[in-house]
Amino acid sequence: MRTPLQALIRCVPVAFLVSGAAFAASPEADFRSAYGRADAAEQEAGRLRNQWLATEAALADARKAAEKQEFETAIAAAKEAEALAKASIFQATSEKDAWKNLEIR
Amino acid sequence: MRFLLISLAALQLAVTESVAAGGIDPAADARAFRKFFVEKFPNVKLDDFANGPYSLNEDMRRQWEEKEQFPPYEFSLEAGKELFAKPFANGRHYADCFPEQGIGIRQNYPRFDQKSGQVITLELALNQCREANGEKAISYTGDDMAALTAYMAFTSRGKLFDIKIPDDSRALEAYENGKRYFYTRRGQLNFSCATCHVQHPGERLRAEVLAPALGILNAMPIYRSEWGGMGTTSRRFITCNSQVRGVPLEPQAEEYRDLEYFLSYVSNGLPISGPGSRP
Repeated sequence: MRTPLQALIRCVPVAFLVSGAAFAASPEADFRSAYGRADAAEQEAGRLRNQWLATEAALADARKAAEKQEFETAIAAAKEAEALAKASIFQATSEKDAWKNLEIR
Repeated sequence: MRFLLISLAALQLAVTESVAAGGIDPAADARAFRKFFVEKFPNVKLDDFANGPYSLNEDMRRQWEEKEQFPPYEFSLEAGKELFAKPFANGRHYADCFPEQGIGIRQNYPRFDQKSGQVITLELALNQCREANGEKAISYTGDDMAALTAYMAFTSRGKLFDIKIPDDSRALEAYENGKRYFYTRRGQLNFSCATCHVQHPGERLRAEVLAPALGILNAMPIYRSEWGGMGTTSRRFITCNSQVRGVPLEPQAEEYRDLEYFLSYVSNGLPISGPGSRP
């Protein structure tokens, strides 16, 4: 028969293990989330036929860093890729009409 | 069924009317295009725009004229002549796929094919010819395609660009798509084709002198010292996209073919000068 204190003592290492595992998994999860957002934005730019080389390079950097478990670097690269992809989407969207400003008439 | 056919006819009419209502007028565009460049460069003879940057820069012109004594595209021209004459496995030739046996016809490409409803460039026509005769398509950016188009351009030298836009709303749309592509800013540098070739022709971009858009395809394909070899129109468009930090489209993408259609049409009346050479 265990006392409540004994049960609590037994639970403490387990709790540490669980929280430690969650802590360890979170940078990877954060990377996956950041990369997913960047990739979705880049695919949208692709549908608009207006992807940028810098976005592709940033996505590749993010993947490479993640493979090396360097999640901080990977997340930063993914965020940069997302910002670049969104800029290319903005460009393609605004150019739907803006191109006429350059037209020789 | 009858209702469906009537609906489709109405839709087709609506598309045609919307194109007309959109004010697509290629002939007026071509006049304005030519006027813009003639007024911008009053000392350049109209035909000379077919020579790209050499029409705008005296020093470059002198060097080019000397280089033309032993032109760097000559080896490609010879290879193209041989490739063009070489029979396919079935015994037929490229010549069998083209009007006039493919000689002296460069000025008529790209053309709009009303059967397929798409723009057919010379490069695409060559590969369609290969595939129709059981051969594999060749790379649009490779040496063989450059050589074949160099030979075909050479047999058309001096002939005036004569691009037709048939009375077909799809042809007008293709033309308009090409025009839109030409003026649309893209890539991280936020450049359109017009940024360099309308707003800044004759000016330097690093070591290069930018060519005017009028007549810009007349010299294609070209030998580029920068490439150390020949390049097709496909290669040129892809390089331009990369230079403005954009991801290039696939060679002979619809957008590129439409762009070629637009640029060739507005250069109607200017002589074919290809193959050419550029720094």
